[in-house]
Amino acid sequence: MTLNEIRARLQAEIPGCQVDLVVNGSPSAQNSLLIDRQHGLEAARVLRGLELDYCSNVTAVDWLERVQSDKIKSKQVVDGVEKEIEQTVKTTIPGYLEVVYHLFSMSKKEGPVVLRMRTGNRTDDVALPSLTPVWRSAEFQEREAFDLYGIVFDGHPDLRRILMWEGFADYPMRKDYVPPPDDDLETLGER
Amino acid sequence: MTQVAPPEAEQNNLMELSMGPQHPSTHGVFRMDVRLDGERVMRLKPVFGYLHRNHEKIAETASYLAAIPYTDRLDYLCSMTNNWGYALAVEKLAGLSVPERAEYIRVIVAELTRLQNHAGMVGFLLQDMGASGTPLMYAFRERERVLDLFESLSGARMMCNYMRFGGVRVDCSAEWLGQAAQLVAGFGGFLDEFEQLLTGNEILMARTQRVGVLSSELAINAGVTGPGLRASGVNYDVRKVDQYGIYDRFPFRVPLGEHGDVFDRYMMRVLEMRETLKILEEALRDIPSGPIMDPKARLRGLRPKVGEAYGRIESPKGELGFYLISDGTPNPYRYRVRPPSLINLTVLEDMCLGHNIADVVVILGSIDIVMGEVDR
Amino acid sequence: MDQDLKTELSKHGIFATSFEELYNWGRKNSVWPLTFGLACCAIEMIATTMARYDLARFGAEVFRPSPRQADLMIVSGTVTKKMAPQVVRLYNQMPEPKYVIAMGACAISGGPFRDGYNVLKGIDRFIPVDVHIPGCPPRPEALIHAFMALQEKISAQQLTGESRPRHLKQELPSEFPVPEFGEHGLEPAQNDEVFRNPLKVLQG
Repeated sequence: MTLNEIRARLQAEIPGCQVDLVVNGSPSAQNSLLIDRQHGLEAARVLRGLELDYCSNVTAVDWLERVQSDKIKSKQVVDGVEKEIEQTVKTTIPGYLEVVYHLFSMSKKEGPVVLRMRTGNRTDDVALPSLTPVWRSAEFQEREAFDLYGIVFDGHPDLRRILMWEGFADYPMRKDYVPPPDDDLETLGER
Repeated sequence: MTQVAPPEAEQNNLMELSMGPQHPSTHGVFRMDVRLDGERVMRLKPVFGYLHRNHEKIAETASYLAAIPYTDRLDYLCSMTNNWGYALAVEKLAGLSVPERAEYIRVIVAELTRLQNHAGMVGFLLQDMGASGTPLMYAFRERERVLDLFESLSGARMMCNYMRFGGVRVDCSAEWLGQAAQLVAGFGGFLDEFEQLLTGNEILMARTQRVGVLSSELAINAGVTGPGLRASGVNYDVRKVDQYGIYDRFPFRVPLGEHGDVFDRYMMRVLEMRETLKILEEALRDIPSGPIMDPKARLRGLRPKVGEAYGRIESPKGELGFYLISDGTPNPYRYRVRPPSLINLTVLEDMCLGHNIADVVVILGSIDIVMGEVDR
Repeated sequence: MDQDLKTELSKHGIFATSFEELYNWGRKNSVWPLTFGLACCAIEMIATTMARYDLARFGAEVFRPSPRQADLMIVSGTVTKKMAPQVVRLYNQMPEPKYVIAMGACAISGGPFRDGYNVLKGIDRFIPVDVHIPGCPPRPEALIHAFMALQEKISAQQLTGESRPRHLKQELPSEFPVPEFGEHGLEPAQNDEVFRNPLKVLQG
């Protein structure tokens, strides 16, 4: 099934589900489906029903707040003459955390189907539905996303830190993580 | 046999034992918190992170080329296949092609890696069972021969740093190919000798048959890949499914197990070694002459277009995948390793429940994990 | 004792030695390492004990799994901050005289993973190290060379006097404080009694 067919199927079976196609710019041509958080678990069950029975990879990505500048050409009348003027419009895209799932079908030997879910922001709105009830291979990988990025997965059977120790307070894989100063030889002893 | 773990109230009478991180049989720094009723395992929780070396974070500050030596150190027994997985992902991301001679060389070194990995796994499994050192000595004797080949080809025994984006780093000589052919010709005899000592051995059979059974439904759901999945009867080998490289040219079979126990997983490795020898014979015979790098590929300063790619190979441990997100700069924005050893450990508790603690060691040995990959 | 006199006597079948030489000879030829492999260097350590390189010729016949029975800890591989308290605990549990070989770049200074947030930049931040082996990973021959260097160090140790080793001096500690897991790293980040910051040493 192509991605567009899967998207149509999801929109048909789950009313109110927002599924967007995210186009991939690289030659790999692996486009992905962006699903909204509220219907993430239902969408996962539908996909499981389409014989996508193997979730291979769960990745968390940290997108910082970024400013996108687009050049817009518009026709305006200046001194009575119609001219084409280029304007630069800057839009601020707020930061968010994202989780990417790579799904394959072991029975039909197909794949990958790439799924994405995004959080609201990077600070307090960081909850996402856990897909571990659908694919158990996500169990340890979602724990790792929680440990290193701080994404909270609702419905995960055992959400605790997996790689760092219990009691570690930072989320080290985030782009704005600053390691403690007493690591380097230059700053040792100065706290 | 599997049992459901008892509820928390009953667990107060159980003995809590922490196996690891320093333990002679945990295959590296791996810890298991086991709750025992006498000798029977009631609950098992693995603890990771003792070798978490921040490979993904370091790769974000290193360029694409500089991350290759770090991939050597992921599954440190199989550096060539790690390199190939990463090179495949970058070639997908940047749209590079690989010339034919380089593809043949990649297949040859990857299958040699599979040989020495599976031989080592059998050796370590037997050592966990108590055959203290002898099968391991035989396996390492063969492994040293393969490492000699790698050293003369790439300069290093273990951390080869050999693959590049669009080909391989150094060409192999005809003499090297002759030595490899000699090794392959003699390996069948070593396998016969090995099997004569091990496969019909009644201690091995008593300790491994019907121990650590993994059903095929659970294996697929939990994302188990590699010989562990095929031992449970699921026909899924990334070499056959994706047909990456030139694997479609080699007629090799995929052995499948019936019971999914430790004995099947052991036999998987032995049978796969025999299939690997077939691939190697053909590849060494048919390798063409030609360039070893894509002429359009630049060795340094690779700046792929904005986008992402997921590339995967069948490493000796399972499906090794690399997921890369590029933002147009020389460093990857997100670099993710899909570690087969970590995902294969998802089912460790299910396989160990109800067994004795001595079986836990054997089951762990049959999954074949390397901590460099689990923790990255 | 005069070396020529010793040689002359030995030709007549009389062996003269000192108590110190005999004591050190016995110790250096039976150093038993602890089975302690962390990462990739551990595989080279295992290869050193296998048939081709055979560390058993040098007296390291048995690798003891229990620290109570081991003399030597070969720290082979990256020591992470999560593992560091366990390494120090194991070192404390070893009885004196005990030695440490830091094998590989990671154990010496953090190695290629030095920039990592979870990597301890060298095990000599917490425990004293006797021999350092550079390499990533060091070849088995390099490990054998380090083993021989350790044997030379042991045979040069004196039984009496000011320069006698730590295990013969009552006032020096043989156990070192175990670091705790803090919120952002290890507490303390290093043991100032043991660790000599190379930059401060250079600056004088």
